[in-house]
Amino acid sequence: MARTLKEGSSQQQNVMSDIEIADLYQEMIVDHSRRPRNFGRLEHPTHQAEGFNPLCGDKMKVYVDLENDVVRDIRFEGEGCAISKASASLMTETIKGKSKVEAEQLFARFRDLATGIGHETHLGKLAVFSGLKGFPTRVKCATLVWHTLRAALEQTPGVVSTE
Amino acid sequence: MSALRVVKSGEFDLVEVRRDFPALHQKVHGKPLVYLDNAATTQKPKAVIEAVDRFYKCDSSNVHRAVHALSERATKAYEAARSTAKHSINARSEREIIFVRGTTEAINLVMNSFARPRVKAGDEVLISALEHHSNIVPWQLLAEQTGARLVVAPINDHGELILEEFERLLGPRTALVAVAHISNALGTIMPLHEIIRMAHARDVPVLVDGAQAIAHVRVDVRELDCDFYAFSGHKVFGPTGIGILYGRESLLEQMPPYQGGGDMIRSVTFAKTIYNELPYKFEAGTPHIAGAIGLGAALDYVSRIGIGRTAAHERELLGYATELLSAIQGLRLIGTAREKVGVLSFVLDGVHPHDVGTVLDRDGIAVRTGHHCAQPVMDRFGVPATTRASLALYNSKAELDALAHGIRRVKKLFAA
Repeated sequence: MARTLKEGSSQQQNVMSDIEIADLYQEMIVDHSRRPRNFGRLEHPTHQAEGFNPLCGDKMKVYVDLENDVVRDIRFEGEGCAISKASASLMTETIKGKSKVEAEQLFARFRDLATGIGHETHLGKLAVFSGLKGFPTRVKCATLVWHTLRAALEQTPGVVSTE
Repeated sequence: MSALRVVKSGEFDLVEVRRDFPALHQKVHGKPLVYLDNAATTQKPKAVIEAVDRFYKCDSSNVHRAVHALSERATKAYEAARSTAKHSINARSEREIIFVRGTTEAINLVMNSFARPRVKAGDEVLISALEHHSNIVPWQLLAEQTGARLVVAPINDHGELILEEFERLLGPRTALVAVAHISNALGTIMPLHEIIRMAHARDVPVLVDGAQAIAHVRVDVRELDCDFYAFSGHKVFGPTGIGILYGRESLLEQMPPYQGGGDMIRSVTFAKTIYNELPYKFEAGTPHIAGAIGLGAALDYVSRIGIGRTAAHERELLGYATELLSAIQGLRLIGTAREKVGVLSFVLDGVHPHDVGTVLDRDGIAVRTGHHCAQPVMDRFGVPATTRASLALYNSKAELDALAHGIRRVKKLFAA
């Protein structure tokens, strides 16, 4: 009896772990990681910064064209995992046309979503990252580009780090 | 995953061996654990866990000090572990066996006490292109402090040392050669006999970083004729925070202490301190007694199984895994040396190693992803990171089947 129960629960766990993987690597995330939008340099950016995650070696550059505190254009460059590339791609899509203050608010909401303390509301496409909450080791992959954006907007000199 | 088959090659009984390691029998995310991160650290057999447990339950006290029974038992067990280590690597005497925190501390000890006092500006330390950061950075520190130069012997596309280049780089200014026995990122077994012969022909001492070797191949420091040999306990089924530096006695005698403190002195006055004899001269402060005892138990365990049988089993697994992974389209193995141990570093077309690692983890499969503390190796092969499956004596073919199955799942998930 006990054995049957154990097998039952382990099957449930099996399914759970498959669901979690499907939650994390949703179609939109895989798509954006394979074909990142706004990828490449921006000629003559008003702001730019470079981000680095020393744990995995991922590097990310963000170029911003800021006018009257509004992001007119934004692009990124870098190599990384599917999560970090998709996050950068979707961030650039979302952030275009937003003000500095709105960008900061989005970052806060995004971080709360990724760490599982926030909800998917007011995040638009970024809500696709809700699966991250089951993968605490991968949260930094998704937030690297946001840290880099913040550094660019603040024009923090040097390289920002997730650590 | 199918039930484990009883595999017997010689007297090596895999089911029996696996029974010795409690951590292997657990589920991770609902799947049986497949532990393939042995180059990072190994699981511990009951013999080690029980030895550490017994020390803390019964014998916990300091060594080399008190006259009471517990201290005597602790000292005896601690010194017995040193003796086991001596036999395990065939050192001449216990005086050549120094307990340290691990390979990293051992290399730093040699850098500080051996190299720094004798190296002059313009002298060279010769390493190889496949070193772990722990056998690169200490020598860069030495270079900063003394004006010495770090010289790096190249490797070929298989991840093998180019021996002719190595010999060419051994010059009149070479003060020390420091090389890995086995590459942690690629699994390459280095041609140590040739390296040491070439270096000694020019009177250059050789340090060997044996972290990746000790659990997988026979280590005989006398036969190798190396001057220093360093390894960590946790990579050979022992506790973390303990390791061994072997040093040739004549060299250790000439070296100043690495750290000052208790235990490493014979007498202290404010005017003058006389250092203790070997090996205690290099063991300042209360050592990791439980760790040393656990390491002794681990080395005993390895010799009980037999390193020859272990190596044969791992060789069979490596052949099997190489075949399995090579059959996966879009997978490229990094590190294909003729002489290698069970390390399978690979990249998968269009999928970053971290995504591979995450999906495999949900299948219960533990692999390492990233640069493996060997960024120059990654640069050499033009990849930012790899996924690495590394084997130990308790791994099975069924586990490698699970790995291959997991990788196929990753491919499907990220298919265009």
